[in-house]
Amino acid sequence: MEHNFHVSSNPHDRAPMTTSRIMQLVVLSLLPATVFGIFNFGLRALLVVIVTVASSVFFEWLYCRLMKKPNTIVDFSAVVTGLLLALNMPASIPLWIPVLGSAFAIIVVKELYGGLGQNFMNPALAARCFLLISFAGRMTNFTTSEKFRGAVDAVSGATPLASLKTNGFAEGSVSLWHLFIGNIQGTIGETSVLFILFGALILLYYKVISPKLPLAYIGSFALFVLLYMMFTNADFSLRYLFTQLFGGGLMFGAWFMATDYVTSPITEKGRIIYGCFLGILTGIFRIFGPSSEGVSYAIIIGNLLVPVIDRYTRPVAFGKGGAKNE
Amino acid sequence: MSLFTFEGEERAQGFSALKDEVFSRLRTIWENDNPEGLLTFVGGVHPYEGKELTKDLPLERFKPQGEMVFPVSQHIGAPATPLVKKGDKVLRGQMIAEAGGFVSAHVFSSVSGTVKAVEPRLVPTGAMVNSIVIENDGEYTEVEYTPAELSELSKEEIRARIRAGGVVGMGGAGFPTDVKLSPKEPDKIEYVMVNGAECEPYLTSDHRRMLDEPEAIVDGLRCILALFDNAQGCICIENNKPECIERMQELVKDEPRMEVKVLLTKYPQGGERNIIKAVTGREINSTMLPADVGCVVDNVDTVSAIADAVLRGKPVMSKIVTVTGNGVVSPKNFLAPTGTDMYELIEACGGLRDGVTKVIAGGPMMGFAMYDLHVPCTKTTAACTCFVEDPVLKDVETACINCGRCVEACPSHVLPTRLAAFADRGDLESFQEFDGMECCECGCCSYVCPAKRQLTQSIKSMRRMILNNRKKK
Repeated sequence: MEHNFHVSSNPHDRAPMTTSRIMQLVVLSLLPATVFGIFNFGLRALLVVIVTVASSVFFEWLYCRLMKKPNTIVDFSAVVTGLLLALNMPASIPLWIPVLGSAFAIIVVKELYGGLGQNFMNPALAARCFLLISFAGRMTNFTTSEKFRGAVDAVSGATPLASLKTNGFAEGSVSLWHLFIGNIQGTIGETSVLFILFGALILLYYKVISPKLPLAYIGSFALFVLLYMMFTNADFSLRYLFTQLFGGGLMFGAWFMATDYVTSPITEKGRIIYGCFLGILTGIFRIFGPSSEGVSYAIIIGNLLVPVIDRYTRPVAFGKGGAKNE
Repeated sequence: MSLFTFEGEERAQGFSALKDEVFSRLRTIWENDNPEGLLTFVGGVHPYEGKELTKDLPLERFKPQGEMVFPVSQHIGAPATPLVKKGDKVLRGQMIAEAGGFVSAHVFSSVSGTVKAVEPRLVPTGAMVNSIVIENDGEYTEVEYTPAELSELSKEEIRARIRAGGVVGMGGAGFPTDVKLSPKEPDKIEYVMVNGAECEPYLTSDHRRMLDEPEAIVDGLRCILALFDNAQGCICIENNKPECIERMQELVKDEPRMEVKVLLTKYPQGGERNIIKAVTGREINSTMLPADVGCVVDNVDTVSAIADAVLRGKPVMSKIVTVTGNGVVSPKNFLAPTGTDMYELIEACGGLRDGVTKVIAGGPMMGFAMYDLHVPCTKTTAACTCFVEDPVLKDVETACINCGRCVEACPSHVLPTRLAAFADRGDLESFQEFDGMECCECGCCSYVCPAKRQLTQSIKSMRRMILNNRKKK
């Protein structure tokens, strides 16, 4: 025979999408929010981003090297984890904190459980929660330098959501427009609804995510807030609702954190149920909890429910229940 | 942005074009890629079609030279029993092997000549099968056929003539057609579907059948409808073949019992279970037959073979074979006698290009990769697809990231990534509990997997193992 042909099992064609391309698209979709964060908080934010991403990639490389495993930094997942973690930091954070966070995210949450695809918690969020508990003061220190370009709550100087929780709508509260554009205080990446949605559009366009999970999350949270207003607060306030929706980490969490493949259910139906769970949990944490924030904890606890949701949303096989001919 | 441009996709020019593209693409998410609401099923993928290579090339009648190989097993069921021995003279249209049981089919010689040997030979699926080898004398001396009028035939006679013609499902499975057309309760059959979906990429054999010899399809459908008094005939065609739809609609416009159903172009639309779901909304599982939900499905090629067998008394002696792909010099559609050497067909297309790495019997989604091209075209061979570059060679398997693409693409609605994991660690019980046996091996999961995991391969080997175990018991 003059030729040597390749043989393999069918199919003999593959879709062009690859894991690393998905990760690259996620990075691309996070860039608008990142760039806005740097614009909003100054170059210090850029430094935090660079240090966090670099340390995440470094720890991944280090772990693979020490454990004599194939190097997996080329799949870009460490870059995504680092960037997500960085965008959850206040710009004024001492740099050793995000480095510690990266180590926790990559080594403890991801690699010790078997690496990409095996972790049951979102590494960036688990690390953020770890840091939030350990260094609560520094992680929620949103005081800004003179370089800050955004609007500051005139009364409390706190983030709009924190201010809403303690003071209600006081004189001098930040307007909804500022909340939407995002020139307010907060972590680097979470403030701008506009740029987060622009990033989400990129994910939708390339079909990296389906809009159903984030919409279920945001929708169920909005419903929770509405019900809360109906049963406790006589005056119905759209402004309260939208401050809840635009403030804090909800938008960022719904579009970029909750949609993490590894830590969300595998079926579309499961993802919608998961989104609804997250919305309710976030509502409970934000309204009844001690902190004005609740997205990170809601998603981490939601991650624990994923196996249960997967179990009860298993798709029904085609034609199941039909007559048997055996 | 070139990094994020998909292959074969053209970039929009200017802002308004970009805006239109973004909106139309986002809209497809809500409409499930089916804006016109055409008939379809849930799941499936859209691989590169590649049909433009051969869809406009009319059929060429191929006259092979030299040795012809007729495997006695070109169908599902018992192998046929050879009726000839070395040295016998045979004519074109002569039965050379007789059905070896109820679920089995006769085999006929497609040439005249001398039997050279009866011995195991390699077939396109990679197996060695006992075959009758005939030296073609190039004369094509035929036996006498006995034509018949459909109106004068009883239902039993129609079935008998189909069996006598050795007709099997020519879409790929090769199930004996007379068995398929003998359900327990023929009056309960409501739909006779002629499967012209041809969802497999690169294949244009059904396409050419519908354009070049559409009358035979209508004749064949008439024969089947004569068996089922309460049935409606549906000719099912994907909407990427508008010329076929038009042609068939023209032909059936005066036939009250026939209509053309337009299906959404999506792989695997032509799978039996999916086409039934698309047209009737009914579902069958792996243990059921189409007849259980009142359906009979036959490929267009099978239907025209039925017309030949019933009306003209001619057995199955030829098959349309598309020889295509970037690995052949000039792709073509052949009407080739069964038993023709595949390599002869490739040479008739100008031969292989330099550096061809993969040659597939069938299309890229369901076909078998071949290591030797000297294999015969059988009753179920539809194509030979040749690629210069092996599309799966560069892929490296990485970890599953639970993205859910395989679940969304699976037409059998199972969890391919979980099943593959069970299969890889040999967990038979979980595999069956998670409905692994419902897999139709269409390959959609492997196709969409961004981690390039060999899901279909794992699931397929596990299924084979379980099926073999069941047979042994």
